[in-house]
Amino acid sequence: MFNNYLQAIEGVDIYAIFSLLVFFVFFVFLIIWMFRVDKSYLKKMSSLPLDEKENLNQNFSGDKHDE
Amino acid sequence: MELERFSYDNKIVRQFGIAAIFWGVVGMLVGLIVATQLFVPALNLNLQYTTFGRIRPIHTNAVIFAFVGNAIFMGVYHSLQRLCKTRMYSDMLSKIHFWGWQLIIVAAAITLAMGFTTSKEYAELEWPIDIAITLVWVAFGINMFGTILKRREKHLYVAIWFYIATWVTVAILHIVNSIEIPVTFLKSYSVYAGVQDALVQWWYGHNAVAFFLTTPYLGLMYYYLPKAANRPIYSYKLSIVHFWALIFIYIWAGPHHLLYSALPDWAQSLGTVFSIMLIAPSWGGMINGLLTLRGAWDKVRQDPILKFMVVAVTAYGMATFEGPMLSLKNVNAIAHFTDWIIAHVHIGALGWNGFLTFGVLYWLIPKLYKTELFSKKLANIHFWLGTLGIVFYASAMYWSGITQSLMWKQFTPLGTLQYPNFLETTLQIIPMYMIRAAGGGLYFIGVLLMVYNLYKTAKQGSFEENEAAEAPALVKVKDRFVKGKRHRWLEGKPIQFLIVSMVVVLIGGLVEFLPTFLVKSNIPTIASVKPYTPLELQGRDIYIREGCVSCHSQLIRPFRSETERYGEYSKAGEYVYDHPFLWGSKRTGPDLHREGGKYPNMWHYLHMEDPRSMSPGSIMPAFPWLLTQNLDTTTTAAKIKAMRTLGVPYPLGYEYTANEDLAKQAGTITADLIKSGVPAESNKEIIALIAYLQRLGTDIKVNQQAK
Repeated sequence: MFNNYLQAIEGVDIYAIFSLLVFFVFFVFLIIWMFRVDKSYLKKMSSLPLDEKENLNQNFSGDKHDE
Repeated sequence: MELERFSYDNKIVRQFGIAAIFWGVVGMLVGLIVATQLFVPALNLNLQYTTFGRIRPIHTNAVIFAFVGNAIFMGVYHSLQRLCKTRMYSDMLSKIHFWGWQLIIVAAAITLAMGFTTSKEYAELEWPIDIAITLVWVAFGINMFGTILKRREKHLYVAIWFYIATWVTVAILHIVNSIEIPVTFLKSYSVYAGVQDALVQWWYGHNAVAFFLTTPYLGLMYYYLPKAANRPIYSYKLSIVHFWALIFIYIWAGPHHLLYSALPDWAQSLGTVFSIMLIAPSWGGMINGLLTLRGAWDKVRQDPILKFMVVAVTAYGMATFEGPMLSLKNVNAIAHFTDWIIAHVHIGALGWNGFLTFGVLYWLIPKLYKTELFSKKLANIHFWLGTLGIVFYASAMYWSGITQSLMWKQFTPLGTLQYPNFLETTLQIIPMYMIRAAGGGLYFIGVLLMVYNLYKTAKQGSFEENEAAEAPALVKVKDRFVKGKRHRWLEGKPIQFLIVSMVVVLIGGLVEFLPTFLVKSNIPTIASVKPYTPLELQGRDIYIREGCVSCHSQLIRPFRSETERYGEYSKAGEYVYDHPFLWGSKRTGPDLHREGGKYPNMWHYLHMEDPRSMSPGSIMPAFPWLLTQNLDTTTTAAKIKAMRTLGVPYPLGYEYTANEDLAKQAGTITADLIKSGVPAESNKEIIALIAYLQRLGTDIKVNQQAK
């Protein structure tokens, strides 16, 4: 029965393929990035909510490390 | 580096905190009342303003938008200032946001009690309030992005991403779902009809759960859980991956609310697939939260704050596993329209939202008042009362839901329904309703203990409206094209971030919508389906006003158990003139889609006056005011005109003669009632409602008779 619905929409499969593609490409890039990302950066990011005052001093020195 | 001096605005945080607690108490109390009305219908005090159909939306709206909403704002205004190392962008906007939101809540409570509702779940508020919500939301947005732009911390912590995604998506959801044509000052019709309306509504409804109850709370979790445990989040990588996966996938999952409905099959399947995929990012969040406490579980034993948070995150994990399971068609066939769904949402609301809020409050209020929590012991008692409350609540509702479903579907060996009278299945679960209310009561008592505890805490501490702070100014560093830093380019630039997340959300929404929007033939039309007569239209609006849709679905699924009980299953083409759709989401009472012609007019008249006179033991409230209130026919013309604008084929100029037809039809029904010995008057609201009920589903019946 749902064939009727599908046939009524011209090129309906484009929607699905397009969206899947967007999905897939984005995630591939995200995963690649995830494996290559600097560990000290992640460490600094995850400590942002903690010890706000101490954190201040590391703010910019951390950047120099990973560059 | 030179330090800049500034101050954090704690006053606004406290205001939102107090509002969250206040509306939390109100919303839960109303919840307790509606839960009790299910076994003591008289608890509405025979007032229309306190009847189930009208105050159930008050409960849901109060908990979602007033309790959780204010708690979100409390957390955002507190954590955002600290994470950005700056004061909120504008104190004035903060003020407008706070008072505007409270005003909207009050307006919502009043209008809903008075029966002004669009009937679309969690979007019941009428159009002037919808506009007010948009304005306040924009004020919040400017304030938030302004703060992010003037920050002194280069990097945006993951919590802030969740806040941004929340803001963007809620804005889109609210606007798209609220497109309606005003008829009078507090009455409007959805521009979408039937299947389309259902699709938009549940795209909204599902994503209200996702982007109002989930993403902002994940943001709070990512800030306050590390704070409370005093250790960084388990995996920052995981937080990034699950963030993007979550906002990508969530937006597609809406159609799982409409399985086995008249919605096209491909859209249903799409909803199911994406719901299953959702397990991954959701559990990514849960695992990240729980593993943050690895090696610190001894702390959890002592600290009530962490206890609340652990149960909250666990409840999140349970609800987000259960959700995808419920979206499988075979599970959904059993669970949909039953109390199982009520259990599911309350694991989320009571466990995830409630407990995380309590954890944050127990952590935050002492900090704001520079003191210790007044009583750890009371907080522990609150924790156990709350946990027990959830267990009682949920287990009773699971039991009730499965019982309902099995009884609805049970056939005798001869092939007839074992329980042909719907009422039997309702009476069976009354004890479960009582246990549920008791569970809710325990939870509520816990909340009252918290109120006392926090009040005493505030009393013993000293509050500082403007907390002094200092931080170095932000120095701009260009690192956009450095290897491996693409995501950092994104997370350091809120505007780009806003745009990317908006595009992500829009792609999901558009792919789901476009086919239904553009192609008319997507909804097969049925020749015999005609627009409602003026009287039926007025009756339908009374049906909407009284919130009948809270308990009665208008959607017969293509199961033998349903077609045996209710009649021919529902077709998409039957709803083309339904602005808004009234499929409903729960069957506390029977489905009404084929109600037309089932009972004589007199039955409906007496049943509305006192349901128990026709169905002994029924838990439906009485609607005696319908018998005495005059039908307002001054709106007929405006309604016909609005409907024609929306594409309902009323002939041009029909609005001028519509009331004559209305009077004629009312006269016929009244004459029939009088003949049956009922002292009816033709200008009362009940006549319109009967006209509507007698019309329901008859278009197709006519069709079959003709064949």
